Amino acid sequence: MSPLFLFLSFVALLSALGVVFAKNPIHSVLFLILTFFSLSGHYLLLNAQFLAAVNIIVYAGAIMVLFLFVIMFLNLNVDTEPHKPALAKIAAAIAGGSLFVIMIVALRDIQLPAVNGTAFDSQIGMVDKLGMVLFTTYKLPFELASILLLVAMVGAVMLGKRETGERHF
Amino acid sequence: MIELPTLGWQSIVIFVVFALSLLIATYCTYAERVIAAFLQDRVGPDRAGPYGLAQPLADAVKMFTKEEFFPGGANKALFVFGPCLAMITALMSSAVIPFGNHISFGNNAFFLQGIEVNIGMLWVFGVVSLGVYGVMIGGWASNNKFSLLGAIRAASQNISYELAMGLSLIAVLMISGTLSLREITLQQSSEGAFVWQDIFNWNIMKQPLGFIIFLVCAFAETNRTPFDLPECETELVGGYHTEYSSMKLGLYLFSEYVNIFVVSAVMSVLYFGGFNFPFQYELRDWLASSQGWELASAQNLITALGTVLLFGKIFAFIFFFMWIRWTLPRFRYDQLMRLGWTILIPLAVINILITGGLITFGVIK
Repeated sequence: MSPLFLFLSFVALLSALGVVFAKNPIHSVLFLILTFFSLSGHYLLLNAQFLAAVNIIVYAGAIMVLFLFVIMFLNLNVDTEPHKPALAKIAAAIAGGSLFVIMIVALRDIQLPAVNGTAFDSQIGMVDKLGMVLFTTYKLPFELASILLLVAMVGAVMLGKRETGERHF
Repeated sequence: MIELPTLGWQSIVIFVVFALSLLIATYCTYAERVIAAFLQDRVGPDRAGPYGLAQPLADAVKMFTKEEFFPGGANKALFVFGPCLAMITALMSSAVIPFGNHISFGNNAFFLQGIEVNIGMLWVFGVVSLGVYGVMIGGWASNNKFSLLGAIRAASQNISYELAMGLSLIAVLMISGTLSLREITLQQSSEGAFVWQDIFNWNIMKQPLGFIIFLVCAFAETNRTPFDLPECETELVGGYHTEYSSMKLGLYLFSEYVNIFVVSAVMSVLYFGGFNFPFQYELRDWLASSQGWELASAQNLITALGTVLLFGKIFAFIFFFMWIRWTLPRFRYDQLMRLGWTILIPLAVINILITGGLITFGVIK
């Protein structure tokens, strides 16, 4: 394991814990952004540049900005925070803990398939290879997903359009 | 034993680009005032040094010696982190911009580019989309309603205009078929069959609508007038940097100019041929054939000229940014949102459709 991998994993785990344990929701969001950055670093180590860049653009650049935007609007201070009953806290701890146990049990004796080092294509994560796969093997799902996104975008624009007689100034 | 990394060619290029970004941003503050003075028929800064050229230094001394102020109830760590982040994200994107073709000494060719990656355009786009965090975090950490409003405006504005910017970039991608900025630049050169062939190969000739969309979005992403709603002083005192003073304010103001420089460089590379210029191959061949130059040294001269001309293009864009600032008034907030969502995004989608049609019928390659 390279020192870079260890460092990135350390940062990823530490910031992921920070997301959960931070008192301030803004700090949680910032820790989550740091987690996405270290995950992108892992993608880069795996030679998947396109995935790394898209992870940054979509998650760190767009979705987390919206998160931060909403949380800033909510004005979550310590004194305005609603008091949670102890029963809910205990139930949440038990539910989360049992999920943790289930995951440990499921992943404990997993057997990773052996990788043939000589036949492995190290360029598999490059953007041109990825595009080739998307436009040949997965053409229909890819096109359907694009149409769905286009429809969503047209819908957003239509909602923003001014209706007749709405103008007040 | 830990070995020190050797100082490779790339690190020299990165260091020079870093220094140049800061130098250009420094003199942008001077140029902004000189251009403002020129447009408003004033004298402008002319006290510090000849023609006021030492004015940026005087400003820096003023900024550094001002009082460090922390507002009551502010989140101190994030209050300091905000301007740092704004500066870091502003400086990061210049790493992948090709500032010149290659220079060869003997058998070694050196590229005038920090890092050549095959996702260069995505890198620029990703870093631009991160730029808003500095403004948002600083505005929130100030514990001031006006700062918070400025930060929220910055967030919604950047999100809205990133969409149209990305869609206008897709049309460029469809023509070039690559994400590497160096490849995109090289595709915009040609050995001219007729006089203006070189310029006709620039992407601006194939993507005029896309360029206009990108330009408008670039203004919005760098928070420049007429899109400087986050620091709108008529409504929000000073916007997101109301509570900032001293060099932390300086970093915010400075990162805006670094952003302008980087965005100008990106526009020059994507749409205006990058380091290509008309008659470059003719000049090289003429030097090599009738002046007795070696082909390699002729190519080096072309590369140097191309870099100088690329900076000329960048400076022209920076002037354009300032020209607009002192010409157009600021938008109202609803006008800004309507322009982004109901005009620019549909236009960008239409631009993609037109580009796809033209490629299908073989009008443009």
